[in-house]
Amino acid sequence: MGTSETPISREAVQAKVLEVVKPFVKDTALLETITDKTDLINDLKVNSARFIDILLDLEDAFKIQINDKEADSILTIGDAVRIIMSKQTHN
Amino acid sequence: MGVIAPNGISIEAFEQALRNGVSGIKHLPELEALQFACQVGSVPEISEEIKNKYFSEEALRTMSSYVLFGSVAGIQAWLDAGLELPGDSIESVDWDSGVILGSGMSANDLFAEKIMPYTNAGNVRRLGSAIIEQTMNSAPSAHVAGLLALGNQVTSNSSACSTGTESIVNAFERITSGHAKRMLAGGCEGFSPYSLAGFDSMRVLNRKSNDNPQAASRPMSATASGFIPGCGAGILMLEDLESALSRKQRIYAEVLGGAVNCGGQRGGGTMTAPNSTGVQHCIKAALAMSEIGPEEIDAISGHLTSTMADPLEIKNWTLALNRNGKNFPYINSVKSMIGHCLGAAGGIECVATVLQLHKNFLHPSINCEDIHPEIAGLIDEDRIVRKEIKTDNIKIMAKSSFGFGDVNSCVIFKKWAND
Repeated sequence: MGTSETPISREAVQAKVLEVVKPFVKDTALLETITDKTDLINDLKVNSARFIDILLDLEDAFKIQINDKEADSILTIGDAVRIIMSKQTHN
Repeated sequence: MGVIAPNGISIEAFEQALRNGVSGIKHLPELEALQFACQVGSVPEISEEIKNKYFSEEALRTMSSYVLFGSVAGIQAWLDAGLELPGDSIESVDWDSGVILGSGMSANDLFAEKIMPYTNAGNVRRLGSAIIEQTMNSAPSAHVAGLLALGNQVTSNSSACSTGTESIVNAFERITSGHAKRMLAGGCEGFSPYSLAGFDSMRVLNRKSNDNPQAASRPMSATASGFIPGCGAGILMLEDLESALSRKQRIYAEVLGGAVNCGGQRGGGTMTAPNSTGVQHCIKAALAMSEIGPEEIDAISGHLTSTMADPLEIKNWTLALNRNGKNFPYINSVKSMIGHCLGAAGGIECVATVLQLHKNFLHPSINCEDIHPEIAGLIDEDRIVRKEIKTDNIKIMAKSSFGFGDVNSCVIFKKWAND
């Protein structure tokens, strides 16, 4: 997913982000009412100590690198999608 | 009780394997590939079904084998004691229950697979958040505490091969001093060639039986040639008697008492060999605390590793108890079937001891058709259990463990017959 030739749609990116986040969410029912503003720690109750693992999994899933400043800016699902979309290269 | 043994990963399976003298020792291809001199050992196999039953997908991604073994055995023991798995609220915390669950070699598997290569490659950021909680020395007890919402003492002891038995002595002391009602206690050890490499280099492992794994662990035999490495976990739930009776749950046995000490690595004792005076002191102290005389010991589950130390261990028992020949208690060695599970040994072997008391049998000590002549000179061969004995005459059993560091531990168990 996310090759240098083919940009992925925002919907597809969000779907993949949710797939990555799912194992870290105790109550998976919360994933059914996701919006851009859904906060990973406050709304999805992800253990903040595991946040780094989500970032590593996002890097693997999208073949990108997320630097520390970008990582600090990811609070919501929308933030994660925004960062990933910005790293997509276009033809 | 809970047990993850190389020849049985449940109490029921372990009991049957003990009765039938079933060995869990196999050829280990990893050791052969790494050119170990000893290429056999014993490793319990935990199914994906069991892993998924107790652990989330997230938890399983970074899990060291000693945490896995210790956690599953801990949950088994908790449920076997008639307790329920707790919920998530603070009201679920059981302030009266704790755990002492140690190991000898900790998480060398994860160290070798993850910590060392990632760090040396300058890539520490890829290690992730779970590495520390999986590899810290207290990882097994910390994990069991979280799974079971334990609110009393949570710690991992470590005294080499004495770890599992020592934890039971310490748990006994915590309860009898009034600081806890229930303590899970025992030992665990993970599988990693890196944990075993040093033993192979020291030439204390049996390198002569690679073609016959099940005959390789030979405690008390004239052809014992070194121990066989193993791993797993064994845990007892110790409980204050009043508390146990009020819960109306099955009681397997009573802990009469126990003792731990060190021989000071003097008087023949070294880092790897026991000071006989220290060993005898420990046994006598255990008897004294238990308020029983040496003649009341019906059977011994020995440390008996299948090394040159076996005859000395028997001699120390004859001197500590002042019993020999036909008057010696029955004796057997679980290690004959599962090898030496290091930090887990004492825990697994205490489970075996309690099972024998509760179920009225003594398991065979396999691979000692040829008794070591020194041992034959000390005790009558019929005292060495070589075939299953079904008897309800075994009322009191002693379990001893001796570890590198010249450390000793001994627990006295009594059959519970008060139902």
